[in-house]
Amino acid sequence: MLDQGKAQKIFDQVKKFSSSKELEVVFAATNYSLTRFANNTIHQNVAETNEVASIRVAFDGKTARATTNRFDDESLKRAVHSAESIAKIQEPNPDLLPLASAEEGKLEKPAPNRWFEHTAAITPADRAQAVGEIVAVAKKNKLTTAGIYSSAESVDGLINSNGLSTFHRRSSAEVSITMLADDSSGWQKFNSPNVRDLEHLHLAEVAAQKAKDSSSPEELSPGKYAVVLEPAAVLDLVGFMFWDFAGMAILDQRSFLNNRIGTKLFGDNITITDDVYHPLQSGVPFDGEGVRRKQVTLVDKGVVKNLVYARGTAEKMRHSDYAGKMGTIGPTGHGFPLPNEMGEAPVNVVFITGGGEQTIEQMIAGTERGILITRLWYIREVDPYEKILTGMTRDGTFLIENGKAKHGIRNFRFNQSLIDMLSSVEALGRPVRASGEESFDMVVPAMKVCDFNFTEVTKF
Amino acid sequence: MKQISGWALDTANHRGAQYADARIVNDRSRNLATKNGRVGHASSAESLGIGIRVLVNDSWGFASTDKLSKESVERTSAQAVEIAKASARVKEHPVRLAAEPAVLIEWASPCKIDPFSTSVEQNLGLLTKIDHELLAVKGVTLAESNLQFGRYEHWFFSTDGSEIHQTRHITGAGYAAFSFQGTEIQKRSHPNSFGGQHQNKGYELIEELKLVENARRIGEQAVALHKADQCPQGNMSLLLGSSQLGLQIHESIGHPIELDRVLGMEANFAGTSFLTLDKLRRLKYGSEIVNVVADATEHHGPGLGTFAYDDEGVQAQCTPIITNGLFTGYISSRETAHMIGQARSNGTMRAEGWNRIPLIRMTNISILPGEKPLTFEQLLADTDEGIFMETNRSWSIDDKRYNFQFGCEIGWEIKGGQLGRMLKNPSYSGITTEFWNSMDAICSRDQWTLWGTPNCGKGQPMQTMGTGHGAAPARFRNVKIGTAYKGTSN
Repeated sequence: MLDQGKAQKIFDQVKKFSSSKELEVVFAATNYSLTRFANNTIHQNVAETNEVASIRVAFDGKTARATTNRFDDESLKRAVHSAESIAKIQEPNPDLLPLASAEEGKLEKPAPNRWFEHTAAITPADRAQAVGEIVAVAKKNKLTTAGIYSSAESVDGLINSNGLSTFHRRSSAEVSITMLADDSSGWQKFNSPNVRDLEHLHLAEVAAQKAKDSSSPEELSPGKYAVVLEPAAVLDLVGFMFWDFAGMAILDQRSFLNNRIGTKLFGDNITITDDVYHPLQSGVPFDGEGVRRKQVTLVDKGVVKNLVYARGTAEKMRHSDYAGKMGTIGPTGHGFPLPNEMGEAPVNVVFITGGGEQTIEQMIAGTERGILITRLWYIREVDPYEKILTGMTRDGTFLIENGKAKHGIRNFRFNQSLIDMLSSVEALGRPVRASGEESFDMVVPAMKVCDFNFTEVTKF
Repeated sequence: MKQISGWALDTANHRGAQYADARIVNDRSRNLATKNGRVGHASSAESLGIGIRVLVNDSWGFASTDKLSKESVERTSAQAVEIAKASARVKEHPVRLAAEPAVLIEWASPCKIDPFSTSVEQNLGLLTKIDHELLAVKGVTLAESNLQFGRYEHWFFSTDGSEIHQTRHITGAGYAAFSFQGTEIQKRSHPNSFGGQHQNKGYELIEELKLVENARRIGEQAVALHKADQCPQGNMSLLLGSSQLGLQIHESIGHPIELDRVLGMEANFAGTSFLTLDKLRRLKYGSEIVNVVADATEHHGPGLGTFAYDDEGVQAQCTPIITNGLFTGYISSRETAHMIGQARSNGTMRAEGWNRIPLIRMTNISILPGEKPLTFEQLLADTDEGIFMETNRSWSIDDKRYNFQFGCEIGWEIKGGQLGRMLKNPSYSGITTEFWNSMDAICSRDQWTLWGTPNCGKGQPMQTMGTGHGAAPARFRNVKIGTAYKGTSN
């Protein structure tokens, strides 16, 4: 596995081959393994080893990047030449800043430990053992199961010619389980830097129970219902709005927050931060230029307070017509590797609840008639400014009546404004680390939302 | 490359593999994008590595590495064998591979102008010019243009004795104009949304797309949408432009015919399929004029799903999927062919790169054009009332591929055989088989375009694949229109 010493040697070699005034190399290395199962059988089982150096050159406002996974002299020379030839012919961009300094990369506090030896050391036999136990749960319940069990260790790093050198090593493990009955299914997913957090047997039991409880689904008419959204469903919905919390999105006038910063957009009970240091978060404590990530309050009691910024975006925002309306403007350590069109985005989202949290069971008990949603699927943006999203329910959708999850129902299509949804949250759960398929992982609560808009019902 | 793959296959053999294959891939790309006339993205990338797939104890293992030394390749091959042995511990049925003859072949996709031979200066000059055309329209608040070039060279060697060397050139380009006014963000794209048009071609594709020539019109439409009426709600006739029909095929035919989905192998992520095995040659998928093929052969055109051999060494084929409305075929692999009584795979196993296993993927899933001459203008003239929609804005379908909803960037009302007022935020929805059975007209070959979808996601870990979809404008009756905004505050 690539380490800081080897990366420094590669950087020194690249420097010899480059005529660029400024030089930056982003490093990424991974050992990744995934065991995939379906029909109670391991049917795919893969491993990957890869190390990548992504070289950025900059000449007086001109910049370009070339990426290679070959570190011999010829390959590095070719990559440097490619980056330089793409950069040199450009018109200078007056907004391009010099490379980040060592000071800008210095972490505010020690990076959280997200590397666990026993997770990095997981073997194919270990994963097969866990999958065998999940299959046993399926068989015990007369179900079939499909899913994944994966493990990885990876390194992310950045060295530049302005003295910035930063590295982060992490491990990860993930399990995702679908249990299938004849006409129903249930699902659970979890990941963590530490495999000991996974509890795959418990997740298998929950998924199996959902599959059994939602059998013989009944068809309900589309319309507006109170919904109890489990954390994975919340995550996949709200994930669609965080790209708009980028300074660059405001400057480009493609954000639903244009003309809405500082206004009360959501309910009093919605407070959202971006916090890479949160104990339930994962990820790297610096951004694509090596700048340290800061904690940012994005939404405070329903009011959109702040955005995240790459260095260049912050500078541009300060000199824009928006400057006085934007809250705190400054690099927050959320930039993507340059050059890019998107600027930045929050990637370590944490919802903060101010007490009075309810369990999912309490939310159900307090609902006269509504829908319990385990998971959502194929969510897409219908309207970028009103933030209307469409998508389907999946793998465990239940009718709630008189405070009880009564029976499974056929899956619904929804068309729902996120702004309306986050203004209609009646109850929040305790924020947990959640994982879905449409968005990056977050720390989010379950939510009870009134008047969730279902427009169609499908055939299963 | 033969020597390197030999290290892999010999190691797998010595360690007890029943079958093994090795794919070495050298992937090269150039990606350029501009925003408001300035460089937004400028990069190149190269990736080289080997992926080794082995069958041991009737179970699969796969391992891959970017290091091609003898020691590394042998270690990776041994790792694949160990992984396969672990797979065999949780198994209901043995893997059975359909027989496939060994072949020795070299193939390259036709490419008139090597895109990498064009200068970056020329490329950026084109994108900047497009941006300036878009921004010349008052009200355009953001202009984005992009170019992508790829050269994908790969070698396949198997213990069956196959040696296959293929090279594909891939070229793509497109742009979008955004307009933000009041409480609306509107967008128009050309020649398609989400990155434009992509084909297995050289730079000649860029010259065919008439990018600059269309930019002013696209910018004007983006701004005009603010003043257009909201698309109405109700059941009516729908005319779809060919790029939107291409995506409709992708989502509601291409994915449900994947045999791995049908057999439950994708149940945890991509989902399953309503096309259960009992429906083969029994289900009336569409109306009599719906004819769809899965065609990976060069004869079909330079689609992103065109190749000579797939990634498990099976020759490219043309499989009838829907024949005069009847469901007639799945896309399969060597492992799954026998489950539908086929002696041979129909050659659709494709991997994103050296570090991914091949999966059943769409090739070129295309609807055949109408046999009688029919231009779009003639189709329009034949339609009394309805709505014409073009260029996708949003797409969503359930995990069995029954219920779908699509939004388009722009629509027009049709009255008395002519296009009337412009409509904003158009959308339509339905159930797959009901929709395809409602198709009553499709334009002829001269209106047919082989569209490229460069970003189809599937598998765990996720793989992105390019697929092709030939389509011509077509008409559907009694379609549910405007549901996307039903019940919302808009």
